[in-house]
Amino acid sequence: MRRSVIDISDLSPAELEALMDTAEDIIAHPAAYAESCRGKKLATLFFEPSTRTRMSFEAAMYELGGNVLSMTDAASSSAAKGESVADTARVISCYADIIAMRHPKEGAALVAANNATVPVINAGDGGHCHPTQTLADLLTIRREKGGFSGLTVGLCGDLKFGRTVHSLVNALSRYGDIRFVLISPEELKLPSYVKEDALKSKGIPYRQTERLEEVMPDLDVLYMTRVQKERFFNEEDYLRLKDSYILDPAKMAAAKEDLIVMHPLPRVNEISVAVDRDPRACYFKQVLYGKYMRMALILKLLGEAAS
Amino acid sequence: MNIDSIQTGIVIDHITAGRAMRLYELLDLGSLECSVAIIQHAVSRKMGRKDIIKIDADIPVNFDVIGYVDPSATVNIIREGKLVEKREIGMPGTLVNVIKCKNPRCITSTEQELDHVFRLADRNRALYRCAYCDTAAK
Repeated sequence: MRRSVIDISDLSPAELEALMDTAEDIIAHPAAYAESCRGKKLATLFFEPSTRTRMSFEAAMYELGGNVLSMTDAASSSAAKGESVADTARVISCYADIIAMRHPKEGAALVAANNATVPVINAGDGGHCHPTQTLADLLTIRREKGGFSGLTVGLCGDLKFGRTVHSLVNALSRYGDIRFVLISPEELKLPSYVKEDALKSKGIPYRQTERLEEVMPDLDVLYMTRVQKERFFNEEDYLRLKDSYILDPAKMAAAKEDLIVMHPLPRVNEISVAVDRDPRACYFKQVLYGKYMRMALILKLLGEAAS
Repeated sequence: MNIDSIQTGIVIDHITAGRAMRLYELLDLGSLECSVAIIQHAVSRKMGRKDIIKIDADIPVNFDVIGYVDPSATVNIIREGKLVEKREIGMPGTLVNVIKCKNPRCITSTEQELDHVFRLADRNRALYRCAYCDTAAK
């Protein structure tokens, strides 16, 4: 039966585990999957630029032996002529077996899924959801930390507008035995509805702080995001706090030896390049794991659509 | 204050005091040509004060609108002077084209033909969220 993935909550905890198991198996036995999607086509519909996510999906499909139809420039597509997302989804369903779509409007992927006749994967709908980034994040934590139980996860930077952060908090909160440290300036705190829905209602402990250096020794996972200057209400606060959100070797010196540092990328200056040499830096592995999770998801959805 | 009883029509009773005008607007009762009475802050033994709306015609009513504005309201359908049906409403699970999403980044802001769909996210807080972008209804 055809099924789409719009939000990470569309996948049950058991399905997430199964996807991670598949990804682990692909990593261990890539040759066994090299023909899995022979004769199948993935359409990547990107209505806004995102080289990384699009290439990750395309690499995933090629490594499964499938083919890719790519729409990378919305300006030259029928959308520029005023075609609706619903019509685009219906049309592309005639050409492809599965669709990965990124669109600047929130909810666009759901509209596509409601109208397509093939599975749709949300590759980012505005600031709303980006479930395959969360899949990459979950596999990174599971592989690098051995699981999710008992972890203290620090989320640092722009926790207000960062969709990857909201989605990760929601996904990790389903594992129960986990603690969060929310590190952000006052203006960029995690929205109250995320705290209410994902943390308070499940009794998951969390604390909030403005300074990263104060909590470094407590963390098992540090998820960095960028703090943009324009998000601050005033220059004074920005100057007071900006260095606190830049991860450098001095801050890493205070952290646990088995900490892992993650980042959804692209990085600007929030992680010093000197940290890249630290074995605890996992953000480039995270990119690789993202491709494997996309492979696992494409396999799952194509398999379900065929049954 | 007396308002005549109706022979055939609808009485929306037990409306939380102060909410009748919101119902009047969302049900678009202003477009009806029949008599419509709004009684605000009427004395009620059960509720202390309540609002009542009487519609002097047997029109189709969107119960989801009533349930969204005030799930404790009741709807009485009157025919030939007799109460033929009394309905308790409750909170609807989904609202279709009852309210509009105000998030300018929502797909519904640019694709006009889409239904505006809200789902009940939290019954205790009577919280509805846009089915597309998850923005809370206000």
